[in-house]
Amino acid sequence: MSILVNRDTKVVTQGITGATGLFHTKQALEYGTKVVAGVTPGKGGTTVEGIPVFDTVAEAVKETGANASVIYVPPAFAADAIMEAVDAAVELVICITEGIPVLDMVRVKRYMEGKKTRLIGPNCPGVITPGECKIGIMPGYIHLPGHVGVVSRSGTLTYEAVHQLSTRGIGQSTAVGIGGDPVNGTNFIDVLKMFNEDPDTYAVIMIGEIGGTAEEEAAEWIRRNMSKPVVGFVAGATAPKGKRMGHAGAIISGGKGTAAEKIAKMQECGIRVAPTPAQMGETLVEVLKERGLLEKCITAPERAKLS
Amino acid sequence: MNIHEYQGKAILKEYGVAVPRGRVAFSVEEAVQIAEELGGRAVVKAQIHAGGRGKAGGVKVAKSLDEVRRYAGELLGMTLVTHQTGPEGKVVKRLLIEELTDIQKEYYIGLVVDRASGRVVMMASEEGGTEIEEVAAKTPEKIVRETIDPAVGLQPFQARKLAFAIHIPKPLVNQAVQFMMGLYQAFVDKDCSVAEINPLVVTGDGKVLALDAKLNFDSNALFRHPELLELRDPDEEDPREQQAAQFGLSYIALDGNIGCMVNGAGLAMATMDIIKYYGGEPANFLDVGGGASAEKVTEAFKIILQDSKVKGILVNIFGGIMKCDVIATGVVEAAKQIGLDRPLVVRLEGTNVELGKKILEESGLRIVPADSMADAAQKIVSLVK
Repeated sequence: MSILVNRDTKVVTQGITGATGLFHTKQALEYGTKVVAGVTPGKGGTTVEGIPVFDTVAEAVKETGANASVIYVPPAFAADAIMEAVDAAVELVICITEGIPVLDMVRVKRYMEGKKTRLIGPNCPGVITPGECKIGIMPGYIHLPGHVGVVSRSGTLTYEAVHQLSTRGIGQSTAVGIGGDPVNGTNFIDVLKMFNEDPDTYAVIMIGEIGGTAEEEAAEWIRRNMSKPVVGFVAGATAPKGKRMGHAGAIISGGKGTAAEKIAKMQECGIRVAPTPAQMGETLVEVLKERGLLEKCITAPERAKLS
Repeated sequence: MNIHEYQGKAILKEYGVAVPRGRVAFSVEEAVQIAEELGGRAVVKAQIHAGGRGKAGGVKVAKSLDEVRRYAGELLGMTLVTHQTGPEGKVVKRLLIEELTDIQKEYYIGLVVDRASGRVVMMASEEGGTEIEEVAAKTPEKIVRETIDPAVGLQPFQARKLAFAIHIPKPLVNQAVQFMMGLYQAFVDKDCSVAEINPLVVTGDGKVLALDAKLNFDSNALFRHPELLELRDPDEEDPREQQAAQFGLSYIALDGNIGCMVNGAGLAMATMDIIKYYGGEPANFLDVGGGASAEKVTEAFKIILQDSKVKGILVNIFGGIMKCDVIATGVVEAAKQIGLDRPLVVRLEGTNVELGKKILEESGLRIVPADSMADAAQKIVSLVK
């Protein structure tokens, strides 16, 4: 089991004929993801890598039964692409695009109200259920099927965490990048709820960063509702105030959204926070041991011995 | 992206937001001429991209043309240090010369994108003139908010609710509503990320005016606002940050001596954090992005090395899709081209990592390989000591 995506997920790639869309579609196919359709307005009727291309998402869904979409469309057109997928009633939309104007996302969120689509991202690496389905730009080979859920605002920092787990023989149920933008489709709490309800997820790593109060809200939710252990990390303890640290959402404004505040709240809510990004794996192992979950979480014992 | 107060006021004026009469001056002569047009008396306001100018002595009330001349002369070229500029301060090169205002009371109006609701929120307070963060900390009940539905925009009833809540004199409520509606429209049309009017004032002759205006724009939306790009003031921007932006690199200068080059914003921040954890100080934040090419890596090195404080460099790349041998080649090429003279620690992880390490070793350069983030941070910290 897993959350969001699995071996039955059928994916349509929006922006499949662009360089990025094409490259990552090939990578996804190699990983075994069922990419069933592509969409590029004006290129309907052609095929790419043996995948049929359609002019509209609605057509792609009707013809192929795609139930998830991934968006590799340039920032100026990405909000429109998300809304097109929502209109076509695609269940899950994963938007990789970085640099979408925040007021576009404000309108997208409003448009999505009352609709059944879940949006992941934008500005995220995507979602992977190891061994089953990879949607996004993460390197597939670092992952290992297993029972630890990963949820993060950062891309490469997620890879770092996954790598630290896999080299210890600890597999992942699903890794979800919720993205580094201030207004996004899915927040920490949404993903934590899913992990909490997933019988195959035994523990969770949550990776936050400076800016906003999403980590604090998630920590409070965890204290009240989470039945599984959560290990955390927050990037940006050394970030200066008022400067946007790469991600649009990673900014300490008005003295609010510092790493220190987030870490304090997370610890207060029972989350073990790794002191450095190099110790995310170690910290999880520590917690798993204490809870008697380590054996159950090691899904590649031969790697566990090596490390 | 930030702009100056006078530029912000010009934008607001287009949207029917009332502002005092005034213009920008780049010289003492211009300042005097504008003051003459305004009737001889004027406020002389230093234009820098930072708040707290009044307290720092950057705003002067001139009661005669002679005083305008004197204050303009003092302020132009002066380094103004406010709580937002940092200790180095900012040099004043532009002045806003504005008519005097008979202030009866000061208020606060602000617009921000609220992350939790994913909507624009208008905030108002009768505690104008002080920083809103201070009001929020000390008397949070004095801030009122209206969340705006993007489908219909700010509605007059919402603006009225705010105006009554902050006790705008009743005869002036309609003016305040018009002010707020205009401010919201400007915010949306120009893709602002923050708009603050602090203070909004009510004058003795019954006007509602924006005495100050701070507009910040969403850098992600600048592609559709060429008119805003023209308002950029290069004097206000770090030249290295600008140079980095040209190459698609995200760079922010810090105070330490260890230069960092990392792929991904989160990992870049985390790398700074771990350097600090092991007793070092990062000199910068630098995200080379997902598709770091040899060219980008070279440019990144150049930018890092322009900082004379840098005593050593840490490269931390998690090459997922990007292959480590390609990155290693880029690092070696760049190091050779630049003639690297300071310690360099490289941590590579990902596809073809062994090949990447081999390329670094065989380069003949003094590159110290590291096996993990912790290893890399400890090595560079000890090398710069």
